[in-house]
Amino acid sequence: MALFQISEPGQTPAPHERRFAVGIDLGTTNSLVACVRSGVAETLPDGQGRHLLPSVVRYRADGEPVVGHEAIAVAHEDPFNTIASVKRLMGRGIEDVRKLGQSLPYEFSRGDSAMPRIRTVAGDQSPVAVSAEILKTLKLRATESLGVAIGDAVITVPAYFDDAQRQATKDAARLAGINVLRLLSEPTAAAVAYGLDKNPQGIYAIYDLGGGTFDISLLRLNRGVFEVMATAGDSALGGDDMDHVIAEWIMREAGIKDDADHRQMRRLLRDARAAKEMLTGAERATLSIQRDNNSHWEGVLTRAHLNTLVDPLIDRTLPPCKRVLRDAGIRANAVDGVVLVGGATRMPRVREKVSKFFGREPLADIDPDKVVAIGAALQADVLIGNKRDEEMLLLDVIPLSLGLEIMGGMVEKIIPRNTTIPVTKAQDFTTFKDGQTALLIHVVQGERELVSDCRSLARFELRGIPPMVAGAARIRVSFQIDADGLLSVSAKEMTTGVESSVVVKPSYGLTDSEIEHMLRDSITHAREDEEARQLREQQVDADRLIEAVQRALSADGALLDSKERAEIDRELDGLISARAENDVSRIKRAIKALDSATQTFAARRMDANIRLALAGHKLEEFDTSGDKPTS
Amino acid sequence: MTFDIDIDDLAVRYRELQRRVHPDKFANASDQDRRLSLQTTALINEGFHILKDPVQRGRYLLSLRGIDLGEETDTTMDPAFLLEQMEMREALEEVRQADNSHKQLAELANRINQRLDETIGKFRRAFAEDSPEGAGQARNAVREMQFLEKMRREIDNLEEELI
Repeated sequence: MALFQISEPGQTPAPHERRFAVGIDLGTTNSLVACVRSGVAETLPDGQGRHLLPSVVRYRADGEPVVGHEAIAVAHEDPFNTIASVKRLMGRGIEDVRKLGQSLPYEFSRGDSAMPRIRTVAGDQSPVAVSAEILKTLKLRATESLGVAIGDAVITVPAYFDDAQRQATKDAARLAGINVLRLLSEPTAAAVAYGLDKNPQGIYAIYDLGGGTFDISLLRLNRGVFEVMATAGDSALGGDDMDHVIAEWIMREAGIKDDADHRQMRRLLRDARAAKEMLTGAERATLSIQRDNNSHWEGVLTRAHLNTLVDPLIDRTLPPCKRVLRDAGIRANAVDGVVLVGGATRMPRVREKVSKFFGREPLADIDPDKVVAIGAALQADVLIGNKRDEEMLLLDVIPLSLGLEIMGGMVEKIIPRNTTIPVTKAQDFTTFKDGQTALLIHVVQGERELVSDCRSLARFELRGIPPMVAGAARIRVSFQIDADGLLSVSAKEMTTGVESSVVVKPSYGLTDSEIEHMLRDSITHAREDEEARQLREQQVDADRLIEAVQRALSADGALLDSKERAEIDRELDGLISARAENDVSRIKRAIKALDSATQTFAARRMDANIRLALAGHKLEEFDTSGDKPTS
Repeated sequence: MTFDIDIDDLAVRYRELQRRVHPDKFANASDQDRRLSLQTTALINEGFHILKDPVQRGRYLLSLRGIDLGEETDTTMDPAFLLEQMEMREALEEVRQADNSHKQLAELANRINQRLDETIGKFRRAFAEDSPEGAGQARNAVREMQFLEKMRREIDNLEEELI
């Protein structure tokens, strides 16, 4: 992560230094990495000129895992150790995996947490670890093509991803040594790629049918501000399902029994996909299928017949389309444009149905496979600070309501879906027994009334409540969802002011200690000394802080009096000199000291920012009724 | 302080504020700045959310005048209003069984929206008075608005079921 170029202590870094941050589309079927170079966003190819990295990881008994085309090439030879479509498993529990059933030909084992692990010759692998391998490969590709180490990235997720799925994605990035600048929703990234921010205003529908997920989002654009109005979808529907229905058709036609083994299933899926892709341009595709007994079956699939096979799947995308329109309170004819994303939208039948539903031809001039990565790269370039005066601002919403379990297994919603994030919400709880010192809170996500119909996110245990009579304690629990859509919780007993500790047990995710453990165990990190890793991490943190404070001082130094300025300068110099020595704990202390010295400064800068935004407006201006202000 | 605001203007100001404080503007900043930006943005989002919604705005305006809705302690409501609510609830149940449920649901939704508009009007007048009686009437109006809102949400849910 040598992204920050370090200047001599005491010197300010050059103000307009060019940095690189990449955009990553971590897809179900394929993943891509893109970057802005010379003002143009483009996806980065591998050494052989291939842009798409198949999201397939093959584990081997000896040696590092193989990712991408090389893994796919031997997938049918080694199906149990070759993992595809792992995105479907991200943030999912073992029960969900059973529901996905036959579509996933792996063997699962239950780990310590509810997260399923896939049995491979290289040990049991969590979906997070598998995704991390894909991310590492993309990171390496970016580092090789750009010639500088790449550590920062914007990673895209389906807008419909719940907290557990987003958290799993962020954990995978952490395992791969990537600092996530932002988890960006895929439809928003697509809108950015199309430069829709250049239009003054409008409402756009982003129809994204990828390998394994379907998303439909409505975005409102207003002078460079993107706002997600509503979002819906199906996190288990995509092009892979089409391959399956085609494969099943082939099995019926060719007289292949249902108990086809994994190898044959892989071959069938490959042939099914090839036929599907061929029928995008052609009216008929000839199939030649190798049966188990080495005999062949020859057949023809016409586009018309393909349509009857996939229509039920495409039709499943329409109710969510209706729902977003209704959630946003608009009709289809109010939509100013439709953007197609995802490989499956190349299918003529999909385009036909989408055009019919929205009553207009969709936009499709950017490669639907690359559009998300390109948008992510554009946003990464803004976030890393290469476009300082960029007006673009992406406002996101929480895709599913957040609720708490109450009596009788019912859910009380605390943050409704489609609320703009970040958002915080406080809820008061009390004890029901005398002297009770702990409280269990169960957080769920979903729209249904029963806890069992929603997705369990986490159980929080509040400890250290001062003993009181039943009902006397008032525990305020604050739920915070950040700009990435990730939840965090804090709690305080209001009558005594005692902070309760919150112990988070994610229902499907990895705990912090599990991740630490994986980081220590991972091959990349085993090669280096643990202390050296810690030192490097602290140095990166120190550099980041030094630069941030220096930038703040040069921009808003006027907000400080000379005494305050002297204190910050002292702690800044302290950190700069601590940084120069290789002492982890000294750097840690100096970071803390500078952080607390700049607390007031940070708050003042934020206030100044708000005042600037409201400058020239008086509160009375908010009245438009013509009445005189009454207070 | 008056009840009516220009919603378009509110949205413009909201975005101006967001542009300055949103966490994306602080992706490279110190942890402290990032935390502060997150908190401030959440506060601005909440403010916008309250102000753009007439029921929540009414409730907030009353709280500025120190008037508590007291939902937990005081559950008395105008009997006529309660009777009307029960009747609407029955109507909603009947829609579920009806053959032409979409049409009936739309009619019921229209009726609720009309009642909400009336109640908002009642609040507007009562709030402008700024007298003890006005305050009491405004308080009742907000409580009625909350009942009607709840009813509207239930209609929305049923509509979703029927899709």
